[in-house]
Amino acid sequence: MAKKQAMPKSAPGTHVSTKDIVNKKIAYTWWEPEVQYSWSVGPAMSRFLEELKNGKIVGRKCRKCRRVIVPPRMFCEHCYGPTDEWVYLKDTGSVETYSISYLDADARRIKEPILVGVVSIDGASPKHGFMHYFGGMKPEELHIGMKVKAVWKPKEEREGSIRDIIYFEPVKKGGRKK
Amino acid sequence: MNKVCVIGVGHTDFNSMTPDMEWKEFMYEACQKAYVDAGIDPRKDVDSFITCAEDYYEGFGIFDEFVPDQIGATLRPCGTVCGDGIHGLGNAFMQIKTGLMDIVAIEAHSKVSDLLTFGDVVLFAFDPVFERPISGPVERPNFAGSPSYTKKAPKPLIGSSKETERIHPYFLAGLEMQHYLRKTGTTEEQCAKVVVKNKKNAFRNPYADYEARIRVEDVMESEYMFKPVKSLDIAPTVDGAVCIVLASHKKAKELGVDPIYLSGFGYCSETPWLSTRGMDAGYAKVAAKMAYKMAGIKKPRKEIDIVEVDDKFSYKELQHLESLGLARSGEAAELLEEGELDVKGSLPTNTSGGLLGVGNCLEATGLQKSLEIVTQLRGHAGKRQVPDCEVGLAQSWRGIPTGTGAVAIFTREGR
Repeated sequence: MAKKQAMPKSAPGTHVSTKDIVNKKIAYTWWEPEVQYSWSVGPAMSRFLEELKNGKIVGRKCRKCRRVIVPPRMFCEHCYGPTDEWVYLKDTGSVETYSISYLDADARRIKEPILVGVVSIDGASPKHGFMHYFGGMKPEELHIGMKVKAVWKPKEEREGSIRDIIYFEPVKKGGRKK
Repeated sequence: MNKVCVIGVGHTDFNSMTPDMEWKEFMYEACQKAYVDAGIDPRKDVDSFITCAEDYYEGFGIFDEFVPDQIGATLRPCGTVCGDGIHGLGNAFMQIKTGLMDIVAIEAHSKVSDLLTFGDVVLFAFDPVFERPISGPVERPNFAGSPSYTKKAPKPLIGSSKETERIHPYFLAGLEMQHYLRKTGTTEEQCAKVVVKNKKNAFRNPYADYEARIRVEDVMESEYMFKPVKSLDIAPTVDGAVCIVLASHKKAKELGVDPIYLSGFGYCSETPWLSTRGMDAGYAKVAAKMAYKMAGIKKPRKEIDIVEVDDKFSYKELQHLESLGLARSGEAAELLEEGELDVKGSLPTNTSGGLLGVGNCLEATGLQKSLEIVTQLRGHAGKRQVPDCEVGLAQSWRGIPTGTGAVAIFTREGR
């Protein structure tokens, strides 16, 4: 059984127009929080970031699940046990998926599109890897399954960040072109 | 209806800072210990997972999304309660009561050492139109989280260009304590005795971080922060994680564990208008009434053997005891002075050391309190064990500037 509607079909008064906002007839309040954090990254990510400085990618192995996890974690979310050992991985991998972004962070169109995607790292279990940028290729060349290799920042510029890898570029026969 | 039991508890050590561990690893430690305590495999046995967290404390938008892995909940029913640990317990309680879930895990934690500007987050919880502008940006607390007074505002947001000193949002505690002392005739010295007692109790709690042998004079001589609140009246913040596993009575029997029963809980929120709401912890009164009714408690003072109440400020312990109906108005301080609130007294209060002794663990407060009650009822409290306790109460308050609190009643026998 339908209830009687208590609300009027339309509220009385005048609609707010853009003009009212421009003419500051609408009251607003404004506040900018000054909030800062500094997260301790723990043993797994500390080692991972430290090894990036050395130009190396390191993962953790869960013996029970026979899984090599990268980025590394101290516990395995599948079996819920602690992971067992460190494993050095290659800095090559294959493109798991990708997208070509024509917008910047402010949603403005950009001329040179940004190539972004997920790389499965060689030596880690299938579908283990991380998100990164692609470069050294035309957008139309990028495809799923493409073999790629990390392009590192010069050693002295590395700071223990995932951005110590500038991007992943295609693996070319006979080594990487400089 | 299903009775609800605690079948497992786990916790990390509580420390003023924990740079050695990421918050995920921290949560993992507490949960893994709780699952081992319960003798269960979270990947198979736990039907639903709940975390209690507030995004701004964590520094993540939609913190919920970052939870599953470390509590064993990947691809399992999992949700976050934006509230204290006891709110999470209440949710789990209802899930089990409905018969939908048999085993539910609840986790809550504080990794407040990752948050450099605790005062700003507190301030951000003030009403933006009316109350925030009269307070203001504050200096970074040090790593132990002790609040500082004021700092120069970087630039005035609206109005004059004159730089102004602004007040730390904890001044609210000053307002409330002033009111409490006047209304009940309690003195600052009596509040100082709460600090002495709790910090002493903390010596017997291996995981507490702020144990200290201090005298009433030490508290009285500590600096005024927000008169009448002195620096030692304030519980310093702490990192810590707690996990509690609840199960239906039937499931607990199947698992062969000796359960402690969660026999009642209650929760309540006051109006957010700071200037017009009550200053007598009405939230605790209403939450307790709900919990007592559920647990069939008629005379709380007689029936309850042990309590853990929220003591983010020293006076809060006394005020909460009165709101919970465990003391008449103004009587809590007398009970304290008569030694009744000691481990060996008739109403042992904050035997864990409370937040003054353990540290203010934000949304984990309720679970820290519940952990202590369960430990006591199990008879596992070691040197601080209260003999023959059958019924215990855990109470939490979400801290300044909230008017939100929750109560949980634990019993040795099912009700």
